[in-house]
Amino acid sequence: MLKDITLGQYFPGETPVHRLDPRTKLILVVLYIIALFQADAWPSYLLVILVTLICMGISKISLKNIFKGLKPMLFIIALTAILNLFYTQGTPVREGWIITWEGIDRAVKMMLRITLLITGTFLLTYTTSPMALTDGLEMLMRPLKKLKVPVHEMTLMMSMALRFIPTLIEETDKIMSAQKARGADFETGSLTQRAKALLPILVPLFVSSFRRADELAIAMESRCYHGGEGRTRMNQLKYGRNDYIALLLGVLFLAAVNVMKHFGL
Amino acid sequence: MAVLTVENLKHIYSIGTPFENVGIHDVSLTIGQGERICLLGHTGSGKSTFVQHLNALLQPSSGSVLLDGENINKNKITRRDVKRRVGLVFQYPEYQLFEETVYADIAFGPKNMKLGKEEIDERVHEAARFAGVDDSLLPCSPLELSGGQKRRIAIAGVIAMRPEILILDEPTAGLDPAGSRQIFENIRSYRENSGATVIVVSHSMEDAARFFDRLIVFDHGTVCMDGSPEEVFSRADKLTEIGLNVPKATELARALYRRGVLPDAAVYTHEQLLRAVLQAGGEAAC
Repeated sequence: MLKDITLGQYFPGETPVHRLDPRTKLILVVLYIIALFQADAWPSYLLVILVTLICMGISKISLKNIFKGLKPMLFIIALTAILNLFYTQGTPVREGWIITWEGIDRAVKMMLRITLLITGTFLLTYTTSPMALTDGLEMLMRPLKKLKVPVHEMTLMMSMALRFIPTLIEETDKIMSAQKARGADFETGSLTQRAKALLPILVPLFVSSFRRADELAIAMESRCYHGGEGRTRMNQLKYGRNDYIALLLGVLFLAAVNVMKHFGL
Repeated sequence: MAVLTVENLKHIYSIGTPFENVGIHDVSLTIGQGERICLLGHTGSGKSTFVQHLNALLQPSSGSVLLDGENINKNKITRRDVKRRVGLVFQYPEYQLFEETVYADIAFGPKNMKLGKEEIDERVHEAARFAGVDDSLLPCSPLELSGGQKRRIAIAGVIAMRPEILILDEPTAGLDPAGSRQIFENIRSYRENSGATVIVVSHSMEDAARFFDRLIVFDHGTVCMDGSPEEVFSRADKLTEIGLNVPKATELARALYRRGVLPDAAVYTHEQLLRAVLQAGGEAAC
């Protein structure tokens, strides 16, 4: 069933991580990614893993949920590992083999790096509602407005797209049922036949999306929407003590990884 | 003779997730050949879930649906065949039109049944006539027509499959009174010509009283009343309790009965009310 897909992947909760300002979390994720790519030797990798696990513990996100999200990425992770395994120069594991000790080392590290990268971003989307996320993004990208980047419009589009994903899924479900009731078959046949079978779903879906967009535009205009200029918001984002502490910890973490790198750890 | 038998049907949405939600709960019914049935119930009472079980669009969590004594969920083939014999028109069916012409859209169902070209042509014209779609509209684009016309085209698209059981989920939602009446007349003429069983989900007590022989009232996923309009509407208190009402004519008749104007309140349509009032007036004049 289409309805069972989780999108946006937000897990509502009341942990300190959930309560952090979305801006803080966005900055922390950036710091985390920089640190992750600075980490080179095993000790610093272990530090990154430890920090990730602690963050998961605080936000009460289980390993099971993370692995569920990792599933679609398995192919990329495996491919990177295999490429690194075979294409790294060094001392062969055994005389005449292509696989080197360095290759194994790199393959494992690359796998870890991608896994940690995804885990870090998951922690953000799992603990931050899509609306808070776009709000945070808009605030952080505000300086770009000076360069004539339409920040407000971009984030508005993002939040509207997120808002309408469940609606569209429901609608697709309904149209599919209706066409199935008229004998449409989506499950059997060759690839071209199946692609053709999508037409009775896509056409009504497009028609209703345009209608919806039209209605939304009229509804916004009739409430005097005129872009982001001078617009205030109902839920102001406020920095709290926890946000400063979290940011400080983030910077310390990045510094620690850099210091370790300096000493070849 | 029972065409459809529903036995202890239960449906749970999103089973095994935190969003688990009981749609219908232990429904058992038999539906006879040629019956005219109206399903009533407030929003979320399980009527729409129920009708989607009758043509195997949804699979029961437990229980079964039998068509002519055979389980419709036995395998892929029975699930496909039941869709040809039980036609289901969804709520707001105009949103499912997609073809370039009205003709092609009505022909979509018969085409999926792999019928011959002439057979399809015959069925499209027949279905268009039953649903009140004028022949001059057939070459037009369905997306450019009015709401009522679109609705009739969508209904024709299901009738073209010549279902033995025709189910319509709120076919008159959002239409004006004239359009609603016409749709009910069209459904009636299809039934009279084909002998099909007709099941309609509706919110209108007036339509329920006027066009149907049997009313089935759903409440919280179970059948709470099942009987003729007389039987169901005589229990006005129970209907009010579950958030429904009786036809306006019955309401008025009950008020008149309480004041002693009418001898009894067994009145369900405007015509019956008019007759009862005239009769009572006639007697009083004597």
